[in-house]
Amino acid sequence: MDGFTFTYDDFHVLEPVVVLCLFGCLILLSDAFLVRRVGKRGLNAVTALVAEGIVMISVLGYLAEVRAGGALSGLGGSVVVDGFGVFFNVIFVLAATLTILLSARYMESEGEHRGEYYALLLFAQAGMSLMATGQDLVVLFVALETMALSFYVLVGFLRRSRKSNEAAMKYLILGAFSSGLLAYGFSVLYGIGGSTGLAAVGEAVAAREAEDWATALALVTITVGLFFKISAVPFHMWAPDVYEGAPTPTTAYVSVASKAASFALMIRLFIEVFGSAAESWMPLLAAIALVTMTIGNLAAVTQTNLKRLLAYSSIAHAGYILLGLVAGNETGLRGIAIYILAYVFMNFGAFALIAALRRDGEAAEELDDLNGLFARAPGYTILVAILMLSLAGIPPMAGFYGKYYIFLALLGEGHYFLAVVAALYVAVAAFYYFRVIRACWLSQGSDTPAVLEMGLGSRVALIGCGVLTVVIGLFPQRFLDLAGESVLAAVK
Amino acid sequence: MSEHILSIIWLTPLIGMLAVMCLPKENKALIRIVANGFAVLGLLVTIPMILAFDKTNGDFQLVERFDWIPALGAQYYLGVDGFGYLMIILTVVVGWLSILCSWASIQDRVKEYYAFFLFLQAGMLGVFMVLDVFLFYVFWEIMLVPMYFIIGIWGGGKRLYAAIKFFLYTLAGSVLMLLAMLTVYFKHFELFGNYSFAIEDLMRVAAYTGPDMQFWLFWGFFVAFAVKVPMFPFHTWLPDAHTEAPTAGSVILAGILLKMGLYGLVRFAMPMFPKGVTDDLTVTLVAVLSIVGIVYGALVSLMQTDWKRLVAYSSVSHLGFCTLGLIAMNPNGIAGGMLQGFNHGLSTPLLFLAVGVVYDQRHTREIADYGGLANRMPIYTVLFAIAMFASMGMPGLNGFIGEFTILRGALEVSVVWTAFAVLGIVLGAAYLLWLFQRVMLGPIKNPKNEGLKDMNAREILVMAPLIAGCFWIGLYPKPYFEILEPPTNKLVERLDPAYFSSGAPELIEGEVELSQARTEDATTSE
Repeated sequence: MDGFTFTYDDFHVLEPVVVLCLFGCLILLSDAFLVRRVGKRGLNAVTALVAEGIVMISVLGYLAEVRAGGALSGLGGSVVVDGFGVFFNVIFVLAATLTILLSARYMESEGEHRGEYYALLLFAQAGMSLMATGQDLVVLFVALETMALSFYVLVGFLRRSRKSNEAAMKYLILGAFSSGLLAYGFSVLYGIGGSTGLAAVGEAVAAREAEDWATALALVTITVGLFFKISAVPFHMWAPDVYEGAPTPTTAYVSVASKAASFALMIRLFIEVFGSAAESWMPLLAAIALVTMTIGNLAAVTQTNLKRLLAYSSIAHAGYILLGLVAGNETGLRGIAIYILAYVFMNFGAFALIAALRRDGEAAEELDDLNGLFARAPGYTILVAILMLSLAGIPPMAGFYGKYYIFLALLGEGHYFLAVVAALYVAVAAFYYFRVIRACWLSQGSDTPAVLEMGLGSRVALIGCGVLTVVIGLFPQRFLDLAGESVLAAVK
Repeated sequence: MSEHILSIIWLTPLIGMLAVMCLPKENKALIRIVANGFAVLGLLVTIPMILAFDKTNGDFQLVERFDWIPALGAQYYLGVDGFGYLMIILTVVVGWLSILCSWASIQDRVKEYYAFFLFLQAGMLGVFMVLDVFLFYVFWEIMLVPMYFIIGIWGGGKRLYAAIKFFLYTLAGSVLMLLAMLTVYFKHFELFGNYSFAIEDLMRVAAYTGPDMQFWLFWGFFVAFAVKVPMFPFHTWLPDAHTEAPTAGSVILAGILLKMGLYGLVRFAMPMFPKGVTDDLTVTLVAVLSIVGIVYGALVSLMQTDWKRLVAYSSVSHLGFCTLGLIAMNPNGIAGGMLQGFNHGLSTPLLFLAVGVVYDQRHTREIADYGGLANRMPIYTVLFAIAMFASMGMPGLNGFIGEFTILRGALEVSVVWTAFAVLGIVLGAAYLLWLFQRVMLGPIKNPKNEGLKDMNAREILVMAPLIAGCFWIGLYPKPYFEILEPPTNKLVERLDPAYFSSGAPELIEGEVELSQARTEDATTSE
């Protein structure tokens, strides 16, 4: 690194990270000195939304540049903005924006509406943004930890709630453990490659013989670390408790954004570093994907708490997404991208509903609380039905296309057994998503029914998610193209 | 406008749904009027299709085609041939009647009811005109959703169970179809280098795939369609769904949804995988399952104490005939199978409507609760008798023509098949006549039945078009065979290119005249 100078290019690839960190600090300061005196905590949300707007502009700028002239590289090649990174950054902006929209009303009702919350949301996003663009083991690890540390606090943000504290504790311990494993794996990779750059490490791994113990060690530790992050079975135990205990908007954020970021990291590592060893990790990944779908789907069937139900359903979704990686071809990766994009909207929509559901001012999170919702909010119930159909993967909803590509990829690679099992689990999944629909539409409400208390933010979020789920479903061309571009960058 | 005839047909009910959704939910009368208005409009917009359709042409007609999702090669691609044409007509008629028959019996959540019904109608019409397999899958799946709600909200006591069972069975079948679909699609891409879901493109793949591959792909499709038909042993959702659904729901289920399975077979599964369907194992299995369905359905019907359940199981038996005809894979079998599907779409809704008439008054479906209805409800008894005879295969009515043609087709292949099928006809007569005897004849034993009112004008009006259809096909089936002949011959030729050159019997003329003569004999001897 002789003669290292910080040029505009170096800054340019970091734009979203810089903007997010600056705005995070700004929120902390303005909250302390300005907002607290005015007494309008909503202002913090507005500031955070402004930050998201700027990041979105910056990311769309990237998209135009990448389309015109290929990937942008900076910081000595340790951060590279390519189509893949741009795509995931779009996902993070969408997820963070939706989280902010949901949070204002919810945190107010819970009596924990403070500035740090939004600052942490942005810091987490800064970490995720780098996870998708980093090309260096150290950068990636720091990015991952930035995200994870922010999330530990966010999950426990309801200080007075026991469940929230418990969730934070569990998340912290297991998260730290998985980060440790990951760091260990990274150190082995550094030993193999003599460099922290992914490209150099990848070459070194490819140069080694197939049955190499060092590669295997790195592979296993890194895989297990990442399995924790994406809550793949058998490393999923934390997910239901954390999902249940965390503030609902944070749950949505963890389940969508942190998972997307971890998948981005996973795809990068598996394709760029372990691509040559695909034969050895493919069966492992296939087995884990199969078990993850099985446990996720079967456990979800018996849940009575909505957040736990969605937690298990998200485990099942992780199984499907893993299958895209098992197929490992371009179609499979395209499937992962479109799956995650659709997942943002359908999952946030579902959590927007739960965040708004209240009985006597208390958060209502049981399946039974939805009973007879149709009589009270017919319009929103239609949206719920759409979101659930999409989660189940019924066409023409957005959620269908992810499954479509993943099935196609599996069939193309000759994984018929996996495809058949995965397809049949669609029917199992439909069963529990229809329990939600059934509660809303078919069951009678009790005398003191839970009601939807929606602020402007959650209205926008829920309606936006529902409408986009249908729009992407009916006119997916543009979104499929975007996903396709991102994949081409990853495969190259 | 004329180039969008088919789009207008399926979009009309969809627009009706949106219109109903915009009405205030308190004004039930207005909602009913608007929904019925759109149902009638749905009938009227098929007139251009009827006028423009060329019966002698076996190719797809009234084609509409443009790109929908270029990234996948999915197109908005519509067209009809004789198979689709008949099914569309059946759908608009039965759909209209089921909306009409709900006028008095649905009092709760009227707005959603009609919205779902019109949505269902749009989905079903879509299924019968789509020629792009991807879009077909979309229509096929989305149509389950309104049916789920119709059973689940307005159904009988076990409605929740019946609704989800219906949904999951069909869904499990159709995801396997999705996989088979994607496999063919992928093969097509490998062979020809472009992505396409158009039916004729996917049919080209058949020449390049071996019998084993086609066998599995055919069964992937077949399971989806067999669940819908429903074929033994995939039928167990049907008794629950039919029994628990509201009358109009049962009418639609029996009248149209079951036909989708038959239609799917002749439109997609059979022509796409000729080697798969002509495989010996496939033929044997399908024939055996059909025959088991015929006999088992009839035997189970015989044992039922619930009137609606009896009619539901009779569908298993009748649809067994249809699939037996299709798997015979000769002109008589296929045309007969499709015509019998159409016939079943006329006669079974009649039976369900008949149950609905007394159910609305007595709120019981137990056969034992009735008896001697003929004393109080003479018009009802006559109409029910006609429906029953139609269903039984009495000469002069439609069921006879369909069963006769199927048996003729089956006989070409195997005497054993035919013998078992005939046994099914005998059993069919037994359970229907016994039902008639228990419900209609004898003195009124249950005092509650004293107060039963005969059918009113609206109820008669609902049944009249179906009864007219039964007589029309029964006495003069020629137009129907003319419509079915070109696509049937095309399908037979695809399955067995040597069929017509080998001098094997063709459809129409001789057979119909024969059946015609028998009909006349039977009517004069009565």
